[in-house]
Amino acid sequence: MIVYLARRLLALAGVLLAIAAVTFLIFYVLPADPAAAACGKTCSAERLADVRIHLGLDQPLWKQFADFLTGIFTGRTLGTGQYAVACDFPCLGYSYESSLPVWDLLMDRLPVSASLALGAAVLWLLLGLGAGVTAALRKDTATDKALMVGAVAAASLPVYFTSVMLIYGVIRIAGLLPYPTYQAFTDNPLGWASNLLLPWTALALLYAAMYARQSRGSMIEAMAEPYIRTARAKGLPERTVVVKHGLRSGMTPILTIFGIDLGGLLAGAVITESIFGLPGIGRLFYGALVNSDQPVVLGVTLLAAFFIVVANLVVDLLYAVIDPRVRY
Amino acid sequence: MTTTAPATDTAADAAADRPAAAPGSSPWQLARRELRRRPAVRVSLAIVAVFVLMAAGAPWLGALGGWSPHEFDKSAVDPYLGGQPLGALGGISPEHWLGVEPVTGRDLYARVVHGAQVSLLIAFAATAIVVLAGTAAGIAAGYFGGRTDTVLSRLMDLTMSFPSLIFMIALLSVAKDVNRIVLMTAVIGIFGWPGIARVVRGQTLSLKHREYVDAARVGGAGPWRILTREILPGVAGPVIAYTTLLIPGMISTEAALSYLGVGVRPPTPSWGQMIAESVAYYETDPMYFVIPSVFLFLAVLAFTLLGDALRDILDPRGGRT
Repeated sequence: MIVYLARRLLALAGVLLAIAAVTFLIFYVLPADPAAAACGKTCSAERLADVRIHLGLDQPLWKQFADFLTGIFTGRTLGTGQYAVACDFPCLGYSYESSLPVWDLLMDRLPVSASLALGAAVLWLLLGLGAGVTAALRKDTATDKALMVGAVAAASLPVYFTSVMLIYGVIRIAGLLPYPTYQAFTDNPLGWASNLLLPWTALALLYAAMYARQSRGSMIEAMAEPYIRTARAKGLPERTVVVKHGLRSGMTPILTIFGIDLGGLLAGAVITESIFGLPGIGRLFYGALVNSDQPVVLGVTLLAAFFIVVANLVVDLLYAVIDPRVRY
Repeated sequence: MTTTAPATDTAADAAADRPAAAPGSSPWQLARRELRRRPAVRVSLAIVAVFVLMAAGAPWLGALGGWSPHEFDKSAVDPYLGGQPLGALGGISPEHWLGVEPVTGRDLYARVVHGAQVSLLIAFAATAIVVLAGTAAGIAAGYFGGRTDTVLSRLMDLTMSFPSLIFMIALLSVAKDVNRIVLMTAVIGIFGWPGIARVVRGQTLSLKHREYVDAARVGGAGPWRILTREILPGVAGPVIAYTTLLIPGMISTEAALSYLGVGVRPPTPSWGQMIAESVAYYETDPMYFVIPSVFLFLAVLAFTLLGDALRDILDPRGGRT
């Protein structure tokens, strides 16, 4: 187990390094000139040269990348002489737009995105697994067919359509909820939940549909295993058979996609956050794109990759907990 | 939807395993017969056919309405009402079959039809890249094993660890002056191949030591011949099923990227971009918002239903793990 964990952590570091390198290349080599973006529209040639030195763009590429990496782990000083700015650990640079450290911007927005992703995840697991397991246990009945047709339809609706319909129906017509404004959980738990309810629903509908389809399939497969017959034969109540024996092994494939989805959503709910006006990482990313704020875009991409990679690792470790057949 | 009727099982087994086919009909004939039996398949196939025809014949079909997708019709909108379309239901009339855009008065029928072409072209082309690259990588990894497998499998893991939507958005926003359709196809394609490569790799691993492959090898067939004549037909079933299920995802991705404004540039219409433009009008001119959304929804739904059915028939055990 320890050897396995060490190997996985090493691989994780490698993957992150590769992603950092690719991201760095895309954002610092492909565009015409990051210095021009940093300097703004009214920029003299002289000033541009200064900015270029300040950003370290006069250095060879590998040196820039090495500096960038060093910054993440130990912090670094950006620029030289009177323009020198200390960028503390973990240094992802400064936003061109707001001149704030990228790390602070990310951490400022993370609670919003995490609230959105986690709340939606709870909702979609309940809805999706509920529908999937119900359909699996009533395989080929009218309930099963209705649930699955509903799931395919819900999965085919674009999230921006569902979101707009929810805003229109619940907020504008029924007037049940105010237009979402984010409130911190610690300030006002009830306001937090009621403001996030619609974004959660919009995301959860989409994902629940996929989970219902997936969990139905794996549940049917699990319930056909010989150990289910054994469990029934030794007289266990059907409920125990389903929950403890069927669901537990049927959940392994669900866990895989759950890790990927949740990891991806933590920094990737760009559309949902934009439509509902939630000040999360996705919206930060979108704003940074519009303004060519490369350090922020790079920061979000790295953070998003980090979440995905870590989520994958956690999922793999959880396999051993859920499924006793898995050993490392 | 797993196989239920005994007839389904025969068809499925036959498709997955050629030698087991019933005498007299090929596995593909059995699959076709099974497909024809399902009502959902017939409906979704009809919708898919309509969309494909629409996309392929967009210039001619679009012209039937009498308007080009870029043509302004100021007489169809009310300048005193902020450019609202004249008439009920977003200006639906014999002149404009699906109504018009607010402000510009561009014909929605022409735009939706041309949008179908752009959306489906990108989706199909990206799917083609994904399927070709994924199948090639999967077969190579599975068949050659060893170092080839290690390298390709690590590459798959790496690609799957990328936050793909974020990355696609970033790539598309960084690259400025290139053909957007080609660029989008490439970017969507880059992140899609590992999924299918894994499926094909697994299938290849299980096929490569079958007797008929050994027989071909003993018979002196080279790797190229074995791969193309023996392995490829064996993985074709799952690949076709997976491909059909890829398309709705590609359509959605294209729409999402265009919706976010990093996809196809105006005035070229695509469904996602039309929806993005219409969101601001969802209250004042709901039809403008609903029409492209319904087209997008139907396309995704039809391809999903078709893919589901194909998977059940061609690859009864695939897509479960």
